[in-house]
Amino acid sequence: MASNAATAPDGATRPRSSLRKAAQRRSTIAFLMALPLILLIAALVVYPAGYAIHLSTLNKSMEEFVGFENFEYLFERETFWMVVWQSSIFAITAVVFKALIGFVVAHLVHNIPLKGQRKWRGMLLVPWVIPPAMSTLAWLWLFDSSYSAFNWIIEGLGGPRVPWLGETGWARFSVILVNVWYGAPFFMIMYLAALKSVPEQLYEAAEIDGAGWWQRMWFITLPMMRNIIAITVLFSTIVTFANFDIVRVLTAGGPIDTTHVFATYAFKLGIESSDIPLGAAVSLFMFPLLALAAIFILRDVNKRGNQG
Amino acid sequence: MSTATATPGAAPPRGSMKQNRRWALIWSYVFLSIFAAFFLLPPIYMFITSLKTSAEVSAATTPWWVHNPTLDNYKALLTSREFMIFFRNSVVVSTCVVIITMLISILAAFSLARMKFWGSATLATGVFLTYLVPDTLLFIPLFKIFAWLHEVTDIQFINRWWMLIILYPTLTVPFCTWIMIGYFASIPKELDEAAIMDGASYMQVLTRIFIPVALPGIIAATIFAFTVSWAQFLYPLAFTTSTDQLLLPVGIVTTLIKGDVFNWGQIMTGALLGALPPLVIYAFLMDYYIAGLTAGATKG
Repeated sequence: MASNAATAPDGATRPRSSLRKAAQRRSTIAFLMALPLILLIAALVVYPAGYAIHLSTLNKSMEEFVGFENFEYLFERETFWMVVWQSSIFAITAVVFKALIGFVVAHLVHNIPLKGQRKWRGMLLVPWVIPPAMSTLAWLWLFDSSYSAFNWIIEGLGGPRVPWLGETGWARFSVILVNVWYGAPFFMIMYLAALKSVPEQLYEAAEIDGAGWWQRMWFITLPMMRNIIAITVLFSTIVTFANFDIVRVLTAGGPIDTTHVFATYAFKLGIESSDIPLGAAVSLFMFPLLALAAIFILRDVNKRGNQG
Repeated sequence: MSTATATPGAAPPRGSMKQNRRWALIWSYVFLSIFAAFFLLPPIYMFITSLKTSAEVSAATTPWWVHNPTLDNYKALLTSREFMIFFRNSVVVSTCVVIITMLISILAAFSLARMKFWGSATLATGVFLTYLVPDTLLFIPLFKIFAWLHEVTDIQFINRWWMLIILYPTLTVPFCTWIMIGYFASIPKELDEAAIMDGASYMQVLTRIFIPVALPGIIAATIFAFTVSWAQFLYPLAFTTSTDQLLLPVGIVTTLIKGDVFNWGQIMTGALLGALPPLVIYAFLMDYYIAGLTAGATKG
């Protein structure tokens, strides 16, 4: 507030009261300009999020308050624990591989002459550009039980047919593979931007000092990229944990519910079986991770604020 | 550039270092090609399949090659009334969402980046946090809210495609506002202070100075809003069911896959056509697309 008064025009020459009035008018206009945003967030994000908590305490017909009964019901079901387990494995494995592949590919692109980089970067980001529901259809067809193009190659090489989506283990592998395929280019782009921002002199100095490749990586590249790596991994973890499109199109949770993640399971219970409270209860399990991410980000924002 | 070689070894003799670099370059290209093949495989396979007749799709020939290429799948889809309705719905929803998003987020970003009011700093952080709330957490309560609104107002929301225009901005506005705050904050303060002193109103400052100067950011945010609303899958899947109310991605997934008869040639054609608008935008405006993508992390 104080800074508003300081930046108001001709502060010194005008009387005090009109200055305050100008500042007040200014912040009123500012508030009105931000009002659509505030209303949108309040009505369609904050309110529904809170309402989800209320919904999860109702019975199936949503007429009666049942407390934690929905949660108790979920805790007793083996399927639910499998969903918890599968969501965590899915998110962690996918994020690790996305980060690793993104890191490697970013370095490869960074290695080649500058004039070729644009072309390669353009090609390598394509998986991220295609709507995931559409590209997953292509994967579904590549994994098809009778006409799988992958199996055609494997069989040609003398291997056995792979039940890509028909067996729990393979189906879990497949959903992770598709998710890695979709998300790795995002990491690549982020890391590439980070690599470009590392001053070249640091490497030159290190090379003169006789630092090897590993030393340059460990003492220069990684520390300089730390912030971007942290924020990209955080983003990706949230998005992957809440993933819906890929699992829904590829397996729809099957075989026998073994590839369900929170989002698809909540959809199945809440929309398809029209047990809205139970679906809301399942989707609420994505909340703790979000809260954790929020804490990290708020801490980061505060740190930045302190640095000025 | 060239100092970042991928070869180990502290200080080898001059000549071998040059050779090392050459090998590092060759290996870089080899591995890049492998990754590019992996990344481009599904879209390429989509294209291959889209050129096949159903007979060839189910024939025992190699799936990786088209023997009798045909455009029948494209003709069939582009003349199908159903598909054109999906396409129209998607275009109208995405266009409206982009316009609404940009209006809300440019106004809000200007206010939060420059004018400030009580609680505006908290709101800026809050905007960023709402960006992290996934659609998968909100779709169930939203479903119930709109069912309730139907009872109260007697307007049917569920199973109406236009209601998605109300919903999608929740996915696009927070991030676009965040990008725009970053771009607006980088504009030198002297510029708008001088204009205000000359008697310009805040609206004039926004339309005459901020919007032209931050145009690259606005383009990046517009692209983001469009691609997000075009690709959105969960909301239309949860909220719309009749075939004339579907949007393109959901329409392709639900109507082309009928029971056990999968017409893969048409499904792949549909998927490719559904992927085309974002791909075309990306091909022409790649730098803006990437700027929008990285802005979230570097400015956040």
